[in-house]
Amino acid sequence: MRFDNVFQLGIKELRGLVRDPMLLVLIVYSFTLAVYAGAKALPETLNRAAIAIVDEDHSPVSTRIGMAFTAPYFSTPRLISQYEMDRRMDAGLDTFALDIPPDFQRDLLARKSPTIQLNIDATRISQAFNGGGYVEQIVSAEIAEFLARTRNAQTAPIELALRARFNPELKKSWFGAIDEIITSITMLSIILTGAALIREREHGTIEHLLVMPVTPLEIMVSKVWSMGAVVLIASALSIAFVVKGWLAVTIDGSLALFLVGAALQLFATTSMGIFLATVAGSMPQFGLLLIMILLPLQTLSGSMTPRESMPQFVQDIMLAAPNTHFVMLAQAILFRGAGLEAVWPQLAALAVIGSVFFVIALRRFRAFLA
Amino acid sequence: MSTKAAAEAPAAAGSVVHLEGVGLSYGKTRALEAITLDLPSGCMVGMIGPDGVGKSSLLALIAGARAIQQGRIHVLGGDMASSRHRRNVCPDIAYMPQGLGKNLYPTLSVFENIDFFGRLFGHDKAERSRRIADLLRDTGLTPFADRPAAKLSGGMKQKVGLCCALIHDPELLILDEPTTGVDPLSRRQFWELIASIRASRPGMSVIVSTAYMEEAAQFDVLIAMNAGRVLATGTPAELKQQTGADTLDDAFIRLLPDAERGNHTNVVIPPRSEDHDEIAIEADHLTRRFNGFVAVDDVSFRIRKGEIFGFLGSNGCGKTTTMKMLTGLLPVSEGTARLFGKPIDAGDMSVRRRIGYMSQGFSLYSELTVAQNLDLHARLFELPADTIAARIDEMIARFDLADVVDALPDALPLGLRQRLSLAVAMIHAPDILILDEPTSGVDPVARDRFWQILAELSRKDNVTIFVSTHFMNEAERCDRVSLMHAGKVLTSDTPASIVAARGTATLEQAFIACLEEAIADTAEPAGQPAVAAPPPASANSTPARRRGAAFNPTRMLAYSRRETLELRRDPIRATLAILGSVLLLFVLGYGISMDVENLTFAVLDRDDSAISRDYSLQIAGSRYFTERPPITDYADLDRRMRAGEIGLAIELPPGFGRDVSRGRHVEIGAWVDGATPTRAETLRSYAQAIHATWLVPKGRELYGEAAIAGAYQLQLRYRYNPDVISVVAMAPGIIPLLLIMIPAVLAALAVVREKELGSIVNFYVTPVTRLEFLLGTQLPYVVLAFGNFLLLVGFALAVFRVPFTGSFPTYALAALLYVTATTGMGLVISAFMNSQIAALFGTVLITLIPAIQYSGLIDPVSSLQGLGALIGRIYPTTYFVTISRGTFSKALALDTLHNDLLVLAIMVPILVIAGAMLLKKQAR
Repeated sequence: MRFDNVFQLGIKELRGLVRDPMLLVLIVYSFTLAVYAGAKALPETLNRAAIAIVDEDHSPVSTRIGMAFTAPYFSTPRLISQYEMDRRMDAGLDTFALDIPPDFQRDLLARKSPTIQLNIDATRISQAFNGGGYVEQIVSAEIAEFLARTRNAQTAPIELALRARFNPELKKSWFGAIDEIITSITMLSIILTGAALIREREHGTIEHLLVMPVTPLEIMVSKVWSMGAVVLIASALSIAFVVKGWLAVTIDGSLALFLVGAALQLFATTSMGIFLATVAGSMPQFGLLLIMILLPLQTLSGSMTPRESMPQFVQDIMLAAPNTHFVMLAQAILFRGAGLEAVWPQLAALAVIGSVFFVIALRRFRAFLA
Repeated sequence: MSTKAAAEAPAAAGSVVHLEGVGLSYGKTRALEAITLDLPSGCMVGMIGPDGVGKSSLLALIAGARAIQQGRIHVLGGDMASSRHRRNVCPDIAYMPQGLGKNLYPTLSVFENIDFFGRLFGHDKAERSRRIADLLRDTGLTPFADRPAAKLSGGMKQKVGLCCALIHDPELLILDEPTTGVDPLSRRQFWELIASIRASRPGMSVIVSTAYMEEAAQFDVLIAMNAGRVLATGTPAELKQQTGADTLDDAFIRLLPDAERGNHTNVVIPPRSEDHDEIAIEADHLTRRFNGFVAVDDVSFRIRKGEIFGFLGSNGCGKTTTMKMLTGLLPVSEGTARLFGKPIDAGDMSVRRRIGYMSQGFSLYSELTVAQNLDLHARLFELPADTIAARIDEMIARFDLADVVDALPDALPLGLRQRLSLAVAMIHAPDILILDEPTSGVDPVARDRFWQILAELSRKDNVTIFVSTHFMNEAERCDRVSLMHAGKVLTSDTPASIVAARGTATLEQAFIACLEEAIADTAEPAGQPAVAAPPPASANSTPARRRGAAFNPTRMLAYSRRETLELRRDPIRATLAILGSVLLLFVLGYGISMDVENLTFAVLDRDDSAISRDYSLQIAGSRYFTERPPITDYADLDRRMRAGEIGLAIELPPGFGRDVSRGRHVEIGAWVDGATPTRAETLRSYAQAIHATWLVPKGRELYGEAAIAGAYQLQLRYRYNPDVISVVAMAPGIIPLLLIMIPAVLAALAVVREKELGSIVNFYVTPVTRLEFLLGTQLPYVVLAFGNFLLLVGFALAVFRVPFTGSFPTYALAALLYVTATTGMGLVISAFMNSQIAALFGTVLITLIPAIQYSGLIDPVSSLQGLGALIGRIYPTTYFVTISRGTFSKALALDTLHNDLLVLAIMVPILVIAGAMLLKKQAR
């Protein structure tokens, strides 16, 4: 392999990219506005959850409970009738509906242990879990305070002081922004290398290269480095200016270490792009393959939902995907400020996966050119 | 001058085309300047001129395929600027764009291609089959009716193109370089065909552009063009007379302004000195097979150093394959090929350095400038760095590229591009040049210059040149030529000897005679001339046309049918679309889960008493938590949490047990990993719940009833999904996700593919309207996506066992509206994109992220904010997710969901109309 050839061919790839303004616009978009929107759109944990209250008691305590649901966790509760409750929940207008029965306060004071019903739309599974807990806490705090004033009940002296580390306010904007960058890194690197290879074949230029003293390895490495470099630089700029600057997210960890991880991730995904391009016969086929690869990578790598909650076999299979390790690495470095001593297993895994992908893609690529 | 020519033209009966002050620019480049012309009707009008002088642009303008920028164009008695006139008149115009089979659909058979055009022009079934049968018979294509267009030779593709153009009995036939790249025999057959059609339809006007002067000599009127202007018009005889030239070639060259003609001299190749007997290229019984098909059959030849060796033959006869074997691009099936006595080894870089290769068609990087292309190739061939600049300058001077060093190749005329290709192939001073049809489509002046350079290279630099061509005057310049047909070499000798052996007047005649003899020997009646065929029976029948109809379902269905056929011919695409989505449903349905289990925790127990151990056990006993080895100190806690090993850390303070027993205030420290907010939330609420559960019996033990906070009960009712199973909630959410991405990508690529591959021109020049085109293209994808929907629902019910409780008809109706909207989104995107890469990337970008994140799949839209909330509200997926979940889990029907359905129903026409408005009916 001659490094000069690899370098020259890579420069050629970069020049080609510069000549496609639409593609440049899309790259810039996916590392700026898409990241910004991704960060800002996600609700901060439980955000503005739609709650309705059926107050059949109309007592001080029921009013008090109603007042306790405030922004940003909840939208201002709607006071509705029992009849409306079913209809509104069916239409998906409310995620929670709290039904306070008649004579609730009287029964409470009479120590009859009355029952409040909390209806949760369990199809909205993300809010259903956490929101239920929140509502429970709020209701119990309000009732406890109410009772504390009316009778001098003793509160439990054993307290659980819970603190969230690394992200004390549990802000999702961190998470959303980084998640978006990871998605862009994967998507772009596969599309840029794969589609560029298909285009070269459709335009006959790949054949032209082969009559020159250039080996398939050099052609492939040149595509890997050039497209990888574009994406790497774009993500570094995105973190520096969009995430740190525009979104004002503080990042504790080492950006350099993250970029090393990103480079290894790109090594794997660009190889994947070449592989897909050799498998796909045409651009539409490539598009479909791309979707079939991107969606699982995006949803199952642990960036959207925690890995722990996936079935064991999905977790095991996804260990073969570079994204899984990259997500772990990115979260450890950027969120928790982890250093090399913590993330070396992920770096090693990425290097191994990348090398395997590269070798497989190179073999396919050689067969494809012959 | 033009009016004079028209008046004197034979059979002139008024003018069919009238141009006045027509101008056209592409960006800064001026393509046409103040063209004023009258083309007589009922004639054969030829346009001649170098490449890039605006012939194709002018023809496209006349055909209505390109929008008029400047001037007036009247065709068949109306103004082509008026879309109404264009719609009225386009059934009378037939346009065949430049490029072999450019407007054909490669996977469709010959019959299907012609049938598609018949449908576009509104012929009924009986009419179509009669016309197609006639056309196929007349063109000799009947035996090939079922062959896909991609597998036809260049000449046959052009005949099919002609059939497609003639199906609707046009009054004006516009052919843009129909015979470029076609071998002499097929070319002769093509013109015979045109002649017989004209004989049967005397009123038809034909406008042709051509690079072959011998063809132009047969036309009634010629228009010589240069640099976007008309040089002269007149009959071939008049042009020759005007310029005092003997041949049309010369006449044209004399018409050129002096600056252009420059140093043009007739190509004279000095005889080869015979002192080089070294064999440069040697092919010995070369054979190449592709899946049982023999492309090159036992070919042998020897080419001496410094010789110009010509390769002639019809399209697809194996010339290119032979050349590729000699360059090492293709492995040899049998036989040997040697360069300078050394067998060719594809991996041998030193051999590649001795060869310069120009492939058929331009294959340099169109994204690099002329100088950058030269530089790249110089470096790839490892020229010493200090000599590169000098070598590039030398090439630029020798190939006369100085004016265009910073231009992009696409902006250059074909002749210049071919010179650039040759310069690139020569950059490393190879000993052998292998040139595959280097002058195809290049005008006479540029071709002469090209050959002048070849002559110099051969005679001065002793470069061996192996060249294939369709031009007989070029073949005559070669030292020796080989005629190839169907993979075999028919004859191989000096041009003069071949002519002498055949006893014909010209090489062309000798060549055709050889070919006809070979064809007669083989069983396959490839390209039987159809001169003797009776005139088309359709000539006098009145065509069934419905003119001016704003919306014609037949034309729309013609597009649907064609798209469906293409889909069926590409089974991988359809299978991927259907099986892929099922696979994704499976993967995502099981994978995306909100049930948070197996959370990791570890305890830093500074007390180590019975009570503190009881507290840890309480957590470890929960099904949600998995205990990790105890934490030793803060540093350990810090390290393990950073590495993501533990999600929850509990610190029990010293004296915890003692303090709890004595009823003192105790604080347990707990940290959750906040890096993943959703999981942190869950961790937090679970930890609190477990803490509270631990307190109840403990509190009762320690403080009696008073400590119990059981003043009231909170009853939780998880509705619609009582067991809170993720898959029940997820599957109905994933179906909308899958039904947006795949249909949108397929629909967008369907249109952009036509743009990129050129068949979009059929839409420009046929009566099909924008709405018919879009709806017709969309329909098969809607059907595919709806089938996909049924499959996904079936899969969700059968495999995931997701209960379906609501109204299926409502769900199905919503799905139909939804997939119409999502394919519509693809069509809207396609209006903005010209390349498939950009269309693919753009579609994925605007579907993947909004559909996953802003459409209520995970977080309800009502809880989103900012841009995300805005996107969520206008995105069709949002509404379909509600309907999907409502009908699946909430037992809902139309009465509750009508608002969401209505939104989807409104989106469909908005998207379709937006797509139609953004689509251009003419190239700009």
